[in-house]
This record gives sequence, structure tokens and C-alpha cells, in this order.
Amino acid sequence: MKAIDQTTIVFSSRSANEGFARACAACFAAQLDPTLDEVADIKTAVSEAVTNAIVHAYPDRLGRVTLRLRLLEGNQLEMQVKDAGVGIPDIEQARTPLFTTGSEERSGMGFTIMESFMDALKVRSEPGKGTTVTMRKRIARRAGGAR
Amino acid sequence: MPITVSRQPEGATIALAGEIDHHGARAMMAQLEDAIASTLPLRLTLDLSGVTFMDSSGIAVLMRALRQMQQLGGSLRVTAIPLQARRVLDAAGVGRLITLE
Ligand SMILES: Nc1ncnc2c1ncn2[C@@H]1O[C@H](COP(=O)(O)OP(=O)(O)O)[C@@H](O)[C@H]1O
Ligand SMILES: [Mg+2]
Repeated sequence: MKAIDQTTIVFSSRSANEGFARACAACFAAQLDPTLDEVADIKTAVSEAVTNAIVHAYPDRLGRVTLRLRLLEGNQLEMQVKDAGVGIPDIEQARTPLFTTGSEERSGMGFTIMESFMDALKVRSEPGKGTTVTMRKRIARRAGGAR
Repeated sequence: MPITVSRQPEGATIALAGEIDHHGARAMMAQLEDAIASTLPLRLTLDLSGVTFMDSSGIAVLMRALRQMQQLGGSLRVTAIPLQARRVLDAAGVGRLITLE
């Protein structure tokens, strides 16, 4: 699908960048005139995907995380989070609620939350090569809103 | 990441504030654990009114508090949950395990 607007942000897998990624996604989405609830959905979903890249993709080193934000036809926001980390051996299992390979500090609910806050979620991964998570959400056009 | 403890005769209320993500969760878990261990409440209320953002890392924080309270033989409830945090907890079905008010 053709992008009407697009931006790419590359940052290192430091946990301080979780808040940075949320702010970037919210700012980019502002052109869609989202409601506060929609902004909260966007921030929550991107936070989960970026946290996974930071926690799971690079368990014992710093790596590169790429966040690509696109505005698609039909008032859709696409957020893609890409890492070049360890990859996911079994994507279906990883997406199962409560499944985690993490410590006590994880809940295993990240993918479940991304799914419920976005309209669509696609996960591609290759062990040893990395993971790409792509999410889409349609932002309702609001009556009277000039675009 | 600030937490505020207030004691009542029948228990304690701990207010969590700020953004609860993976970046801040570890420090918050440690603070919360210390606060519970030093007040030893029979009934613990976690007040989330000051939480401006929470993702699934916050679920782990609440689950840790629940386990600690269970070990003490006490109870946990979570109150004043802002809408964004509420939707995260609902999506994860946390209400089946923890009393959310
Ligand atoms: N970017 C990633 N790289 C490697 N593994 C990942 C990645 N994202 C998710 N995973 C795997 O999928 C599991 C489930 O992820 P998630 O639902 O977010 O739960 P949690 O992060 O709490 O473990 C993780 O425990 C991990 O094994
Ligand atoms: Mg996760």
C-alpha cells in the first residue's frame, strides 16, 4: 500500500528509548487527528513492540531498533518495529497469551495487548536474523475535522 | 518513580505515579516490595490515580505485589485506575486475579 507520509527513527536498544518511541509515534499520528483514547492505544501498542525489541531481541548487548511510521490511505496508521536480534523460533507460541521467555518482570501479555489495541498485527521473524512487527490501526475521521 | 505510602488502622494504601513501563518497572517493583515488607498490611490498596501510562510491564508489577500479599496472608485491591491502564488490565484479563475497582 502506498504511503502518504512516512518517517523512520533508528535508536539503540536502551530502555530509556521506550518513552522516546511512544512520543515519536504519538507525534507522527497527530496528523490523523486522533482522539485521546486513540493516542493512548497507539502509545501502548508501540511501547509493547519496542520493549520486546529492547528486552528479548538483544538480551545481552545493545542493538539497533528501527521504528517506521507510515500514514496509509483510508486514514490508517502503520507502525513497524524492526530489530536484528535473536529472532523468534515459534511465532504462534510467542503470540499465545501468558507465554514468555522472560523473567518475573515480564507478563507474557505484550502481543495480546498489541492485538487488542490495533486492528492488525503481523510478526515476521527469523532466528539469528531478527524480528519485524507491523501493526495497523484505522483512525476514525471526526466530523468537522479539517484534513 | 514515586510511590507514596499511607497507613490506615486496617491496612495501607500505596499510590503509584508516573509512567509504568519496562524502563521504570524494576525500580518500582523494588520500592513497592520494600514498602509492603516494612508496613506488613493485612489489606493493601494500590492507588493508580497518578499513573500517566502503563503497559504490560505494569501487570508484572501488580502480580508481584499480589504474590507478596498472598505470602503475607493479606489481600490486594487496585483502585482509581485511569482509563488507559484499565484497558491494558482488561485486555490481559487481570481482573480474574486481582480485585480492580
Ligand atoms: N523482538 C523480539 N525478539 C525476540 N523474541 C521476541 C521478540 N518479541 C517477542 N519475543 C518473544 O515472544 C515472547 C512473548 O512476547 P510478549 O507477548 O510481549 O510477552 P513478554 O514480553 O512479557 O515476554 C517473549 O517472551 C519472547 O520470547
Ligand atoms: Mg513484551
